[in-house]
Amino acid sequence: MSLLLETRGLTAFYGDFQALYGIDFEVEVGEVVAIIGANGAGKSTFLRSLVGLVRPVGGGIRFDGDTIDHVPAPVIARRGLALVPEGRRLFPSLNVEENLMIGADRASAGPWTLSAVYDLFPILRERRMAPATALSGGQQQMVAIGRALMGNPRLLLCDELSLGLAPIVVKDIYAIFPHIRAAGAAIVLVEQDIGQALLAAERVYCFQEGRVSLSGRAAELSRERISQAYFGLH
Amino acid sequence: MANVVDTLLQGTLLGGRYALMALGLSLAFGIMRLVNVAHGDFIILAAYLALVTVNALDLHPLAALLIVVPVMAALGYAVQRGLLNRAVGRDIMPALLITFGLSVIIQNGLLEIFSADSRRLQAGALSSIGLLLGESISIGWFPLMTLVIAALVIAGLEQLFRHSRLGRAFRAVSDDPEIVQLMGYDPRHVYALAMAVSFGTVGIAGTLFGIGTIFDPALGPPQLLFAFEAVIIGGLGSLWGTLAGSMVLGIAQAVGFRVDPGWGILFGHAAFLMILAVRPQGLFPRTRDA
Repeated sequence: MSLLLETRGLTAFYGDFQALYGIDFEVEVGEVVAIIGANGAGKSTFLRSLVGLVRPVGGGIRFDGDTIDHVPAPVIARRGLALVPEGRRLFPSLNVEENLMIGADRASAGPWTLSAVYDLFPILRERRMAPATALSGGQQQMVAIGRALMGNPRLLLCDELSLGLAPIVVKDIYAIFPHIRAAGAAIVLVEQDIGQALLAAERVYCFQEGRVSLSGRAAELSRERISQAYFGLH
Repeated sequence: MANVVDTLLQGTLLGGRYALMALGLSLAFGIMRLVNVAHGDFIILAAYLALVTVNALDLHPLAALLIVVPVMAALGYAVQRGLLNRAVGRDIMPALLITFGLSVIIQNGLLEIFSADSRRLQAGALSSIGLLLGESISIGWFPLMTLVIAALVIAGLEQLFRHSRLGRAFRAVSDDPEIVQLMGYDPRHVYALAMAVSFGTVGIAGTLFGIGTIFDPALGPPQLLFAFEAVIIGGLGSLWGTLAGSMVLGIAQAVGFRVDPGWGILFGHAAFLMILAVRPQGLFPRTRDA
């Protein structure tokens, strides 16, 4: 396996507050990695600094062999690092199909096309002409994932996919990850829901107050150690 | 009866001219939430640009459009990229101040170069011939042509917005300039392209304005006012709404002129204020804006 993404000592601010205190993090090609942690642990800021929406103040990020910590966000996106942002952030003026299409505008060709995304989420094909915001929460999340996939990313970052969705819907959405992997992308999942993250990921990082408090293979970490790392209980 | 029809017709035709002037303003506001106070002055600048082109190349004014429109579009890109991008997105005030400054600079620059003398683009028979409808009603070919061009430009822009990749990017950047970066778009470039389109319409508006009437460097601000009223009456962000708003403004002015030649402009403002009081969102606000 070769390294796809690597951060060393990554430090970043969320507004005036320091959110990250030196994060070391790795993702290998084709791997599924979960980041868990409580609210305010720095998970979202970490993802946002990977894609260039937050400029890190210290440390480095390497993606696919290149240093990207001072590369503008649009350029990072074109190189194949995609983010499904927290709260989905669909474009309300665009219908479902347009929301998907815009993901492919500036990207290179690959396995993910409009019809491949529709095969993954058949309900979206039925609703393709609907305004994106007219969909249910779960369907909107599907559009957000599909929009990111349309860029044919090498690494897909997902920020709190399960937020505000019914458990049954979350299960459906997680069920598509094997397909995304099979098409060749690595995945980083950020979750507050530990159970879901441990099921889907091979490796887990636990963030606590801007630091990595625990990391390891999902199968080898005990619940006890995770809750300790998650809540900071001793 | 003939009077009523005539007044409505003249007002509608006047609306075509206002629509052409208002489009660029409507576009810039719709996509960037940016009010360009210098919009009227750029229209006058375009008229002078047409004048220079016509004189230098010995062209018909309509042929000058082939030069004026691309030059204005390039100017729009440069103004947005070099200046206005710094003011987009925070509050509305910095952009107002910057464009107000541009307005002063353009007016005085034109005054310096061209003096305060009135000019006109000579279009030969085009500006004088009319079309006789019935016994007592006649309309000018040129105002009719202006209205048709305005409608065609709107139809073209709607096509661009609804069915092109660029139009999709315009709508997306207007919705969420941060997330559009995750799609590989640089918002500064998309904004600049939007301003280029806006200034392209300014190029058309300015050239036709210069054919239709005499102009001098001080005429920018009134054009801004009419354009602004047309946009507000029509509803923000809707191009066909802007056309409708221009018609309302034009007809109100025509009715005013009929009552008393000094009251035309006043009637236009009164119609604007009435609609603002009764329906502040305008006639056809864009409804899909969440």
